[in-house]
Order: sequence, then structure tokens, then C-alpha cells
Amino acid sequence: MHPALLGLVTIIMGVGGCVGYFWLSNIALDNFIYPPRGPNAGRNINRANIVRPWLFLFPALFALSVYLAYPVVETIRLSLTERVTQSDGSTTYDFVGFANYAQMMAEDKFWEALGNNMMWLIVVPALSTAFGLLAAQLTDRIGWGSIAKSLIFMPMAISFVGAAVIWKLVYDARPPGTEQIGILNAIYVWFSGNEPQQWLTVPFWNSFMLMIVLVWIQTGFAMVILSAALRGIPEETVEAAIVDGANPFQIFFKIKIPQIMGTIVVVWTTITIVVLKVFDIVFAMTNGQWETQVLANYMYDKLFRANDWGVGSAAAMVIMLLVTPILVWNVYNARKEMK
Amino acid sequence: MAGLTLRDVRKSYGDVQVMHGVDLDIEDGEFVVFVGPSGCGKSTLLRMIAGLEEISDGSVAIGERVVNDVAASKRGVAMVFQTYALYPHMTVYKNMAFGLKQAKTDPAEIKRRVDAAADILQITDYLDRSPRNLSGGQRQRVAIGRAIVRDPDVFLFDEPLSNLDAALRVQTRLEIARLHQRLNTTMIYVTHDQVEAMTLADKIVVLRDGRIEQVGSPIELYERPANAFVAQFIGSPKMNFFETADMPASAAAVLGREIGANDQVGLRPEHLTPADAGSAVIQGKLELVENLGEYALVHLATANGTEFIAKTEKPPVEALGETLSFTIKPELAHYFAKDTDLRA
Repeated sequence: MHPALLGLVTIIMGVGGCVGYFWLSNIALDNFIYPPRGPNAGRNINRANIVRPWLFLFPALFALSVYLAYPVVETIRLSLTERVTQSDGSTTYDFVGFANYAQMMAEDKFWEALGNNMMWLIVVPALSTAFGLLAAQLTDRIGWGSIAKSLIFMPMAISFVGAAVIWKLVYDARPPGTEQIGILNAIYVWFSGNEPQQWLTVPFWNSFMLMIVLVWIQTGFAMVILSAALRGIPEETVEAAIVDGANPFQIFFKIKIPQIMGTIVVVWTTITIVVLKVFDIVFAMTNGQWETQVLANYMYDKLFRANDWGVGSAAAMVIMLLVTPILVWNVYNARKEMK
Repeated sequence: MAGLTLRDVRKSYGDVQVMHGVDLDIEDGEFVVFVGPSGCGKSTLLRMIAGLEEISDGSVAIGERVVNDVAASKRGVAMVFQTYALYPHMTVYKNMAFGLKQAKTDPAEIKRRVDAAADILQITDYLDRSPRNLSGGQRQRVAIGRAIVRDPDVFLFDEPLSNLDAALRVQTRLEIARLHQRLNTTMIYVTHDQVEAMTLADKIVVLRDGRIEQVGSPIELYERPANAFVAQFIGSPKMNFFETADMPASAAAVLGREIGANDQVGLRPEHLTPADAGSAVIQGKLELVENLGEYALVHLATANGTEFIAKTEKPPVEALGETLSFTIKPELAHYFAKDTDLRA
């Protein structure tokens, strides 16, 4: 079948299946399981109303438990076992305690990944939030602000891999003497007269070159949320501050920012979670070479390249342990904001 | 302390002019109320004095100093906003201290001034609270306190009571009046509520469509409105207007004046008293009675179809549809030219 047709059929079946499930199960509940008639009509209506929310929640709960809860348990199990291929060709899983974790921690590459992740953790959320805040404040003040906003927001619509490819071209290096198609080398060669650099192979700084890609993507997200928050600030508090003698910088930092602090925290932590999981950009641009490894890519390397399920799962657990507290705090703050 | 002088003050947004040359003198220590229907420019005028709106043309002087190009914070004004405009992330104390801190006032002096203002407004107990834990009335007092600590030459109030409920509005109105007596500072107060204007003002400025219609003491505006607009704006229920076709033949004799074709006769509802048909100034068919206990508002319509209201001590005994007659003391009648709307 033609792929487009297949896609269409899938969409129709998926949406139709969902609608059909809710519609038919509801009919079944009301008409057959607990019909609102007969001697127990009143009791049946009450029971149907107790069951109905669970009926409607079931598909989501089912999908979440199969695709989220079960993998967590399975990953914990895998991280504590070693896969052994027996002489007859079958595989067994032997419990090895924390041996996988110990092995992982003995590796330099793991510590490199953890260190890089920490650096990403500091740089990317900080820069994305700062640029987003700046863009939100500035675009609210100018006539062509909405155009600027859509331009800044656009990278959000690009997949991480797509963005990585775009930025790989930015950092591209051609042999000396030929035309440089990478904009960074083009500028560098033009200004310095030096030979073009393989930017992504320069340790330490290359990590920042990768971070810029994520900052470029996440700034749009931060800007949109913070722009809405800035607009929610009562104009009269700003005017009161003007009469009180605050200059534009003081108004921004002493009046506006404190009023949207809750939103800033939510944006910051949301980006932090994205950063902890960062994989695609590193995978597509350097694949962790030249000291740019990060945890998610390390996990992928172990799990699917080295086929070391134990250490790969252990790495996954480390990522989850790092994300969970931030996620909890993020949800807590988001709920507080909504009140 | 200072008075204000406004000379030919104009405001335009692009090609649209919203203030059409306002001239006004405000004495030192005076309580001036800007009043008018919404969109009349009263808030714009206040914000131009505050320095929140640019003055397109003309001049605003506070004391002897023209402040057109002076920053809001250097004008010696303090403003109280309709929505209180408290800084939600600061405690009450910090809210009140913010302006002084900006002016780099000595911390001991800040504390002395905030405590003094809190004492006047009886908000000493709330100084450590956050604004969100205060009621509307308390918030408005903090906002007033924030204005007081700056020790301004001029207080500006932008509809400060409109977000309060009716009971609190009356109470806060009294507090503002007391505050003025105590501080004796120039205050400019914007409202659309003519009761606030009448009770608070030394001087009322009635505005319409960016022009001053009349300036005067509340009683002057009530007794001698300069034109039909002011006559109808001041007083509640508003003044009834009649033309010659509405009036019975007996009216001219009672009023001592022939009603011409170009005359509008203005009779306030509270000045109409029930009378015999023979001495009637106005007659109308009874349409509706609102009995408020203390008095009754009697809604009628003349034979000519003009609706009017009489405020009487007791509701009328007549049935709906019957014709009632009212008279008035001749000196309480107002006359306005129909073509110019000016007092005739």
C-alpha cells in the first residue's frame, strides 16, 4: 500500500477507534450493564456514574502503565542483572546486585557524560530563559514584535535532529582555500585569515556549540510563556513604580520579574528536564566524540551499540533519578501558578 | 505644598485630539474633583498631571514650576490607583517604602515616615503582611499610605473607590475627607460618581469630550449650572427638562416668565411639590412609583410625551394613569437656551 494511504488509514482507524471505544462502551454501560430501569433503576444510575470515569480513563491508564510504568520496573530489573548467553543458545538473566552501577562508575566516559550533563544543566536553561525573557520584553514593545516573535518561536517546530543538521552546516569546515559554506568558518577565516577550524572537535568549547542548538530551540518556548506572563502583570503596578521613581531597568528587575518569578521557575525547570534527556543533538552532531558525551547518548551507546543491557539500564536509572526531583518541583510550581 | 496651573493643555493620540485646551487654576490645599461621564478625559488629564501621559501642547505647572518635561517621580505628586496597584511581591511595609528607597532616603527616616503613615491609616498591624492577604479596603488604605509617605505636594486619586463595595466606599470616602483636613495638601480626585464629587470637593471640574464644561464649588454647580449638560450631570435623580409644549397654561404665571420656543426649562425632581391643577407648573400622567421609604420617586409623562421624575415625601395616592400636578418655587427653576444649551 502507498505509505500516504497507509498513514491515512492509520489515522482514521486510530481516531475512529478512540471515538468508537468511548461511544460504544458508554452505550454498553448505560443500556446493558447498569440499565436505568427495572427495580434497581436508581442504584444502577449511581453505579454507572461511579464506573464511567474509570471507563473513560482506562485507555490512558492502560497506555501509560504499559509504556511508562512497566518499562521503569523492567529497567530497574535489567540494571540489576546480567544477560548471559548459555551454551545451548538461550539467554538467562543473572542477578548481579549493583555490579552494573559499579562498572559504569569505573568508566571515564560515564563521568565525562555526567559532567557534560551538569554543564548543559547550568548553561542551557539559564541562557534559554534569559534570552526568552529578553525577547518577550522587547517584542512586546515594538510594532513588528509579533513577526519577531514568530521567527524566534519557529525553531520550536523543528525536530532536534533537524536542528542538529542545520547547525552542523553552520559549523561546517571545508579544506583551506576553498569556499567555506559553514557561516562560522566563513566569518572566522574572513576576519582572522587563519585556516578553517573543525569546531566540533575542539574539546570543552564543542559542548557549548552543541548547547547553542538547544538554546536556539528552547528560547522560543521560554519567550512565549514569559511573554504571556509579562502581559498578565497589572499595568498600574508599573505606573505606580514610575511615579515612585523607578527607571526602566528597575521596573523590569524589581517590579516585573518578581511578579512573574513563579512562571520563570516553571520555564526553567521544564527546560532543565529537556536538557537532562538531551540525546538527539549530541547523537546527530558528534555522537559523543571529542568529549561531548552526555548521559542519554551514553545510555544509547551501551544499550544498543555495545549491547550491554545492564550498564545501559543503569545509566537510564541515573537519568531518571536526576529528572524526578526536578519534575516534582516543576509540577508543584506549575500547580501553584495555576491557583 | 503647591497649587497647580494648567494652561491650554491638549492631548492628541496621532490625529485624534482628546483634550481640547484645558485652562484650570488649582489653589494650594484645595480638594479638586474631576468629574464627567466615561471617556470625557478626566483620567487622561490626571495622568498628564502625574506624568504618566505626555502633554501634547500647553503647560502644566505645579507651584511655580512647569513640569511638562519633568519625570513623574520628580513632580512632587503621589498617585492612588483604582486597582490599588500594590506590588504583590512586597510586604505592606516594603510597598510603602519603595518610593522613598528609590529616592535614596535614609532608612531611619523611611521607617519613621512609614510608621507615621501606618498610624494615620490604622494599618500598623498589617505592615508585615503581603497585599494578597488584605481585604479591598485595607489594600486601598495601603495604597493611600504609599502616597502619604512620599509627602507629596499634590495627591492624585484615580477613581480610588470604584473597586470597593458600597458600605466600604462610604467609609473610605470619609477617611479621604478626614485625610485632607489633616494634611491640608492639594488633592486632585477623579470620579464618575457625582455623590463623591459633591461630598469631597472644594471645587468640582465637570468635563465632557475633553473640554471643561464648568468649574465651581459643589453648591454653585448645583444651584447655577452653566449649561444643560452640567445641570443634568449634577444632582440625582437628574434634572427634568421641559419645553414650552410640555407646560400647562398656568406655568407662565407661577414662574413669572413666558416660556419661549428657544427655552428649555430645568426643574429638579426634589424641588417639585404636588399642587392643584390651577397652580401647576407641570402636569403628567402617573406611570410608575418607586417607594424608598424615606421618599418616593414618582415617574410621570407630560401630555407631550416628555418623561420626568418628581421626588416626593410620600407616594401619591392617585392610581396609575391619572394626571398629577406639580408646582415649584420660581427661583428654583433653571432656563437654558435650546440652541446653545447655555444658561439663559
